[in-house]
Amino acid sequence: MSNNSCMDLPAKGGFSFDLCKRNAMLSQKGLKLPPFRKTGTTIVGLVFQDGVILGADTRATEGPIVCDKNCEKIHYMAPNIYCCGAGTAADTEAVTDMVSSQLQLHRYHTGRESRVVTALTLLKKHLFNYQGHVSAALVLGGVDCTGPHLHTIYPHGSTDTLPFATMGSGSLAAMSVFESKYKEGLSRDEGIKLVSEAVCSGIFNDLGSGSNVDVCVITKGHKEYLRNHMLPNPRTYVSERGYSFPKKTEVLMTKITPMKEKVEVTEGGDAMEE
Amino acid sequence: MVGKNCFAIASDRRLGVNLQTVATDFQRIFKIHDKLFVGLSGLGSDAQTLYQRLVFRHKLYQLREERDMKPETFASLVSAILYEKRFGPYFCQPVIAGLGNDDKPFICTMDFIGAKELAKDFVVAGSASESLYGACEALFKPDMEPDELSEVVSQALLASVDRDCLSGWGGHIYIVTPDEVREKILKGRMD
Repeated sequence: MSNNSCMDLPAKGGFSFDLCKRNAMLSQKGLKLPPFRKTGTTIVGLVFQDGVILGADTRATEGPIVCDKNCEKIHYMAPNIYCCGAGTAADTEAVTDMVSSQLQLHRYHTGRESRVVTALTLLKKHLFNYQGHVSAALVLGGVDCTGPHLHTIYPHGSTDTLPFATMGSGSLAAMSVFESKYKEGLSRDEGIKLVSEAVCSGIFNDLGSGSNVDVCVITKGHKEYLRNHMLPNPRTYVSERGYSFPKKTEVLMTKITPMKEKVEVTEGGDAMEE
Repeated sequence: MVGKNCFAIASDRRLGVNLQTVATDFQRIFKIHDKLFVGLSGLGSDAQTLYQRLVFRHKLYQLREERDMKPETFASLVSAILYEKRFGPYFCQPVIAGLGNDDKPFICTMDFIGAKELAKDFVVAGSASESLYGACEALFKPDMEPDELSEVVSQALLASVDRDCLSGWGGHIYIVTPDEVREKILKGRMD
């Protein structure tokens, strides 16, 4: 085993369970685990006449605290495939990054565009392996040589293939919009409007979702990432003048270290000419 | 917190075992290189272990690449190290702050399993984070000069730390500009 000491060489990948025993002991002694950062999300996707549209809100939460008001939940997988993530933020981030690099290697190897099913299989294989402990709920969408595809992937590794899909804590609110208004063969603008409306219903009716709407439109050979497509919750309470502090904080000690000059090494200079 | 071509990183100085204070000059902010600092909140032992691993990995990188790590790269490294221990995590929330190319400030925090949160204005972590969110949100202004930034960060830190019984005993703050690093120790309540 290479993982005997904590100062070992970079691991080859995979999880390390070194600290599990210690952590179990610590929590037995009463140390409370801080909450994971969750996306607590509304993520949606639908198939329209020329491709796929994905949508997401931009709130990240840590328990009841909003820790990021404008995070990115639509992750890049391949040039023609994007993936929305809900669940534990670290898991969705890690799992999508990992699969996107596997897809990149696969593209280098085959010299062809990645297919959505390839991404789907890689994702569900990983998630099923970990039996739901890697808690990532994903909406995967993309357009490949076999047409537009939209899939949802559950944390335990099961998948659905649907014309419209929602995930995350706001999924019910968003699904109600889709169920009442979705129809086949939507145009691009109608699609974006419906996706925004679905995400907005999540933002306003689900406490875990909030802030802005991100949209990603993927069509054959083209994609458009509309970051902050809608800003329904702008900040209105900023003090114009800012705050001034008549009584400054007391400083006990100040130490100023100037930066070291960086030595510029110019190659091929005339240092050796003499 | 980010200012104009500069950033400030600050922490309190208390180390405690539950409610018992053990040390009042604990170092939680570490220097990785001249323009990159990392603050590690959480379990003291994990903070130190993690710091040692980060320095180790950074030195390996320096030897291999003959340059310092960019803050973005470093953030990915920290995230990967934390996520590796997804099912047996370090109890440690890092705050990373650095000056990148063209002295563009970069700040980032993570939860203790490595979910990165990149922000343009400010990031907070640790036991006083709830009150820090509020204080920073109200006091932050874009494009502050180093002196103003220093004062704003100090005020936000002290105000929040006073509302958290697990933090306190003054503050430790670094203001990093392209030319210099200013390190200050702030006086705070000692209860």
